[in-house]
Amino acid sequence: MIKVRQFGSALVLCACFMAPQAMAAGGGGHLEPADIDPDNVASLQRGARNYMNYCSGCHSAEYVRFNTIGKQLELSEEQLIDNLMFNAEKTFETIRSSMPTKDAERWFGQAPPDLSLMARARGADYIYNFLKGFYVSEKSPTGVDNLVLAGTSMPHVLWELQGYQEARFEDHRNEDGSVTSEFKGFELLSAGSMDPNVYDEFVRDTTNFLAFIAEPIRQDRRTIGVWVLIYLVVFLIIARMLKKQIWKDVE
Amino acid sequence: MARIEAEVGKPQGGLMKWIDDRFPFTKTLEHHVTKYYASKNFNWWYVFGVLAFVVLAIQLLTGIFLTMNYKPSADEAFASVEYIMRDVEWGWLIRYMHSTGASFFFIVVYLHMFRAMLYGSYKKPRELIWIIGMLILLVLMAEAFAGYLLPWGQMSYWGAQVIISLFGAIPVIGDGLVEFIRGDYSISDITLNRFFALHVIVLPLALIGLVFVHIVALHEVGSNNPDGIDIKKHKGPDGVPLDGIAFHPYHTSKDLVAIVVFLMVFSAVVFFAPEMGGYFLEHANFEPANVSATPEHIAPVWYFTPYYSILRAVPDKFWGFVLFAASVLMPMFLPWLDRSRVRSIRYRGWMYKTALSIFVVTFLALLWLGLQPAEGIYVLLARIFSVLYFAFFLLMPYYTARDKTKPVPDRVVYHD
Amino acid sequence: MTEDDLDSNRRHFLAVATAVTGAVGVGAALVPFLSSLKPSARAQALGAPVQVSLAAMQPGEMVRVIWRGRLVFVLRRNETMLATLGAVAGELRDPNSEVVEQQPDYAANETRSVKPEYLVVEGSCTHLGCAPLEDFEPRAVEGWPGGFFCPCHGSKFDFAGRVFKGVPAPTNLRVPPHRFVRDDMILIGQDTGAA
Repeated sequence: MIKVRQFGSALVLCACFMAPQAMAAGGGGHLEPADIDPDNVASLQRGARNYMNYCSGCHSAEYVRFNTIGKQLELSEEQLIDNLMFNAEKTFETIRSSMPTKDAERWFGQAPPDLSLMARARGADYIYNFLKGFYVSEKSPTGVDNLVLAGTSMPHVLWELQGYQEARFEDHRNEDGSVTSEFKGFELLSAGSMDPNVYDEFVRDTTNFLAFIAEPIRQDRRTIGVWVLIYLVVFLIIARMLKKQIWKDVE
Repeated sequence: MARIEAEVGKPQGGLMKWIDDRFPFTKTLEHHVTKYYASKNFNWWYVFGVLAFVVLAIQLLTGIFLTMNYKPSADEAFASVEYIMRDVEWGWLIRYMHSTGASFFFIVVYLHMFRAMLYGSYKKPRELIWIIGMLILLVLMAEAFAGYLLPWGQMSYWGAQVIISLFGAIPVIGDGLVEFIRGDYSISDITLNRFFALHVIVLPLALIGLVFVHIVALHEVGSNNPDGIDIKKHKGPDGVPLDGIAFHPYHTSKDLVAIVVFLMVFSAVVFFAPEMGGYFLEHANFEPANVSATPEHIAPVWYFTPYYSILRAVPDKFWGFVLFAASVLMPMFLPWLDRSRVRSIRYRGWMYKTALSIFVVTFLALLWLGLQPAEGIYVLLARIFSVLYFAFFLLMPYYTARDKTKPVPDRVVYHD
Repeated sequence: MTEDDLDSNRRHFLAVATAVTGAVGVGAALVPFLSSLKPSARAQALGAPVQVSLAAMQPGEMVRVIWRGRLVFVLRRNETMLATLGAVAGELRDPNSEVVEQQPDYAANETRSVKPEYLVVEGSCTHLGCAPLEDFEPRAVEGWPGGFFCPCHGSKFDFAGRVFKGVPAPTNLRVPPHRFVRDDMILIGQDTGAA
């Protein structure tokens, strides 16, 4: 029994190395949780449609194949072709953007980033808050800035849906005389075609889809992992019995 | 004439005998496995050597399969890793096993080293085993560092940038050395290509060779035990140490249990948390290397951060490098720094017990601090713990010689 | 039975059980590693069926197409070429396409094709994989009716890709899966729904 406890302490020591770290936030301070549900196929399907309608014009997802999406999102080849593949012919093609890189650089100063791995690089919460974080700013050439990524060159593509909002900041004087402005909330200036909570769902579905394409095998690996662990538990029981039997005659 | 014919023409004792006459197969097997006697009172701290061997095997196997699809070129490396993750059937599993294996290698090796510190395994006559072990650790660090560049993500690139620049702190030759390592004026395709060669050929070969020598040296002098007693002093009439039992089947059956437990922990990470919250696979490494933008917060992978903390704690480039290098090499001198008459912590006095406890806290604290931004209270803490880190080693001759030790029993303590 | 015997039985049983369980695990672990060697999603994408337009092809003309990195001949046979097919049957090793692996069922006929006019065969000699050359002009002196000739080891094939007797190649040229999308458009690499 003592031995087991000692081994336990070794594992605790391992665990110390592994205490989970919060996702690195890319600025903007506190992020609202995206609260996505990767098992919700309907949400992923809506997210895929949103992505193809609103994002794929400028952003590629060059590592993602349509047939991968079809398989995991339970879509038939016809559904894929009719609903998602606007600028692709074959289901094994990857998601390209419709915009030539050179034009993009001229228009926005930089090419819109590929979104295959954005959810893994920045986290789902980041994307969720980014898509909700555009506010009117006269200083910016696109007329909007973003709370999560200040100075973004991306225009507010979804303004027709969300409408335009204003960010309220409160200036805060520090002891040393410097001024920090603190974000106090958004205020809708002109309404879009969607209610705020409908827009939230829209953004959540899109975020869900982006998280899915960042690691399409996520669900598979968890399912397989359960079986691997079940097998190892069985193996452990047998191996322990063998060990006890062999050690029986050691005095 | 007839006698020679009999010897040449008819193998006596079957195939085994035929082989044994030409190659010491049975002899080697007996020497290292079936008639290698190790103390019967090994506790679970003694499984980490075997586990390190298991991780090495996992890394070699998965590494070979990754090499079949990876492209060591700045233009293609990042995409080829994603190709493995998405397009190659089961590629994701092989890649996650390899990336998780890297971290587990260090977890297991650090615990293996800690075992040696608990029971004085580095003390005479096992100094050379310890030194070879330290060389294994150094090669392992180089291997991990070279491997981390290969995915060619933001962390790969900027991590390598920072660490390679370290060598620039060496006076006179520094700048030349940095260019020599990179093979270019900045980290580039050329650097990636040579790091690939180091990672898949040079360093693994060195690692395998050192592991082989490590085990041969160990089996020459025999394993230590939790009591730090020389079990060869008491031998039975058959020449077998009274407290020793054969490696096979006794220790092998015990190790098998440990291996299965290890595989459970390993699989739990591979299948349920391969990023391990950003510690095993850092988030910024999911963005391709970009020469014109450093990630906001850059930290090496966790297994390098204890030494990295010491580097950052020193406000001078040259001395930072010196102390960084010293912190890595320091444990190498343990066999001569430790002046205690006993090996095992079981018979040591309060001084070593206290020092070792503080050292564990220090190591973990430095590890954690290296992952935090270098600002405010963290800098101060890093300095305090850096001092404690070196104090553990440098004061060791003093406190181990003065420590009150308990009498060591004649035979090992074994409770059934 | 003594207690020792029982113990040794139990030990033997457990040792076998452990070995079997371990072997099952190793076997299962082999699957991902071996599967990773199969053509990947990208290889499958690159190996997708290719379309060939027949609109501009004249009788007697041949085009070379690459499908899955392999050479495919598409030959529009003229009347003379088709006429040789029946005449040479006696000199062939497998005139009736009886080796089933060498062509899909719908090409196991006299012309080895879906439509008699169009021959689709892989340009890979069944001997050791060299690319056969077109040698369409009949030479009466040599008794050569016209067909394909492999420069590596001298194998000869007729206008249906059927191998002549007395050459190293063992079987007829392989007919890849294909189908007519339209009358003047052929799809190589896919035959679902084909006749």
